[in-house]
Amino acid sequence: MRKKWLALALAGVMAASVLAGCGGGASGESSDAGTSGSGSVYYLNFKPEQDEAWQKLAKEYTEETGVKVEVVTAASGEYETTLTSEMAKSSAPTLFQVNGPVGLANWKDYCLDLKDSDIYGQLTSDAYALKDGEAVDGIAYVIESYGIITNKTLLAKAGYKPEDIASFADLKKVAEDITARKDELGFAAFTSAGMDSSSDWRFKTHLANMPIYFEYQDKGIDTTDAIEGTYLDNYKNIYDLYINNSTCDPKELANKTADDSEAEFLDGEAVFFQNGSWEYGNLVGDGKFKDEDLVMIPIYVGAGDEANQGLCTGTENFWCVNSQASADDQKATLDFINWCVTSDKGTAAMSDEMGFTIPFKSAKESPNVFVQQDAQYTADGKTPVSWNFSTMPSEEWKNGVGTALTAYAADQSDANWKEVVSAFVDGWKTEYELTNQQ
Amino acid sequence: MDKALKKYSPIFVLPTLAAFIIGFVVPFVQGLYLSFCKFITVDNASWVGTGNYRYVFTEPSFRHAFGFTVSFAVVSIILINAGGLGLALLLTRKLKGTNVFRTIFFMPNLIGGIVLGYIWQILINCILSLAGKPLLALNSTAGYWGLIILMCWQQIGYMMIIYIAGLQNVPDDIIEAAQIDGASDLRTFISVKLPMIMPSITICVFLTLTNSFKLFDQNLALTSGEPKHMTEMVALNIYNTFYARAGLQWHGYGQAKAVVFCVIVILISLIQLTATRSREVQQ
Repeated sequence: MRKKWLALALAGVMAASVLAGCGGGASGESSDAGTSGSGSVYYLNFKPEQDEAWQKLAKEYTEETGVKVEVVTAASGEYETTLTSEMAKSSAPTLFQVNGPVGLANWKDYCLDLKDSDIYGQLTSDAYALKDGEAVDGIAYVIESYGIITNKTLLAKAGYKPEDIASFADLKKVAEDITARKDELGFAAFTSAGMDSSSDWRFKTHLANMPIYFEYQDKGIDTTDAIEGTYLDNYKNIYDLYINNSTCDPKELANKTADDSEAEFLDGEAVFFQNGSWEYGNLVGDGKFKDEDLVMIPIYVGAGDEANQGLCTGTENFWCVNSQASADDQKATLDFINWCVTSDKGTAAMSDEMGFTIPFKSAKESPNVFVQQDAQYTADGKTPVSWNFSTMPSEEWKNGVGTALTAYAADQSDANWKEVVSAFVDGWKTEYELTNQQ
Repeated sequence: MDKALKKYSPIFVLPTLAAFIIGFVVPFVQGLYLSFCKFITVDNASWVGTGNYRYVFTEPSFRHAFGFTVSFAVVSIILINAGGLGLALLLTRKLKGTNVFRTIFFMPNLIGGIVLGYIWQILINCILSLAGKPLLALNSTAGYWGLIILMCWQQIGYMMIIYIAGLQNVPDDIIEAAQIDGASDLRTFISVKLPMIMPSITICVFLTLTNSFKLFDQNLALTSGEPKHMTEMVALNIYNTFYARAGLQWHGYGQAKAVVFCVIVILISLIQLTATRSREVQQ
């Protein structure tokens, strides 16, 4: 999927540059003809899954208010490069996004302080604002969850219920039992843990959040310049479980993608699939699963209070308003995002069509079954695991861990695991220093 | 007539000159300036002096990428040119179906680098997996040879066309004279054809040299530098410098690397051009 989006994005960029060349004159005319003093909105969207819904919403907003809203989507892998080149243009995005404190470092100078904005007042919790000192640089617009998506039908065939899995020990027992009866059952426990560089984010980023989270919890911190790796054995245990109870030989993982994994899950080749609420649209629908077929269970790693562990819930999507845009455009953008999260049309589109849970006061309940489950877990008194991967020092750190994990999967020796530990712990320190040098 | 040409020459030169200035000179000068800055977008840069260059020369990954690129360039230049010239010799021998073969050998060149990279990644991984060897992402030797095979496959056909054109320009009477003098095929090739096609060699070596140094998309698609940057060439290294870490200074470092790289490629190409040009003969 990611590769396809990359190709699509490249094609899009090319087409856009051609069209921009032709359209330059025309857009100039229309802004002259439009009501004087009104700005326009240019949103560089990060989420390809929601592109269509954004385009529709933008059109509706234009019909309602007459303010022009342009939405361009840059697939996640290409977002930073696209943003960099778009920002240098005279018609730069007025609304863009960063992924957290590390991503903010690049764009600090371009973030309007949203302290006095209407949308900031709409947030349900201050925790969803991305702050730099006193200034509010970003506003989270979607809360997501990830965990182990489970195919209930297959799990029942193997003789288990989702409630049977409430700890790492349970998960291990179930997974190894399924593997032992793989031929008889006709399916595996886990989908392939694709480690192709387009797809290893599920493990080098999302799964790696677990040891980081528990270490932060122990120390009572929310970021660090040097990780100790106290929970790396738990990380190893869960990763071992994934790769040794999956649909394919661990040696093949270097070449597998998240798409392969998703296809296996859709084909009913495996019970468990580690991914997030954003997969809802890909998994549920005509000819695919129904809501009641699926359940998302927490990623248990055998650490902390497992009885009260919830899904991994958080955000890495913060809206930022371009501080270098004209005052009119800034105002138009602030009005637009405020409309998105307060008006009926806006909130309905964000929850029903995009499947988002938005952290704003007038949010509508999302039909996304994973999101509902997350709310249920929280209502049951379980503590969600926060997203700490936004504090990972750099992409380079993630790549280092990813490569080491891939090598370990192909040859599960202690020496190779030491490489993972070294990439995790020593790599964190070096990368933190490199990123924060002046 | 001459006078008129002289009078209007600026008008004829203007479009090309303008394109050259807009498309090359301005970005190059701006790039040079940016290599002394830290910046996130090109119109918002702050001057930092020569710090970027000092960093670039101490970075081990850049040196490794450079060494890897040189060893790749040497092997691929030799193989591509030998292959291209060999095919050209075969296909100028008035054999049956030469045109079909020429077309077939030329075709890989029509496919884009990214697509080729992914196709060969699947092929090579398949073979490695059958042989029980680590896959491309973990195997820098396979990555290196994979890149070479990929580039040969893509470029031999193109160079072949240039060599064929060169060989067809060798006058028949000279070859006939050599044959009458009793020269063998090999002798005719070394003493007659080779000196006569020196201009083709100059252009082919120049093209393969610069292509190998600037290689990016095939590298990105086939190995993306894995494992641990071991198969990362300079262009990819520069790209990764820009985007692998957050922070304004990284863009400056990347830009400085790009300037260093550009200067080196220009120097090497100039040396190569003078070296092969000096061997060209007049017909």
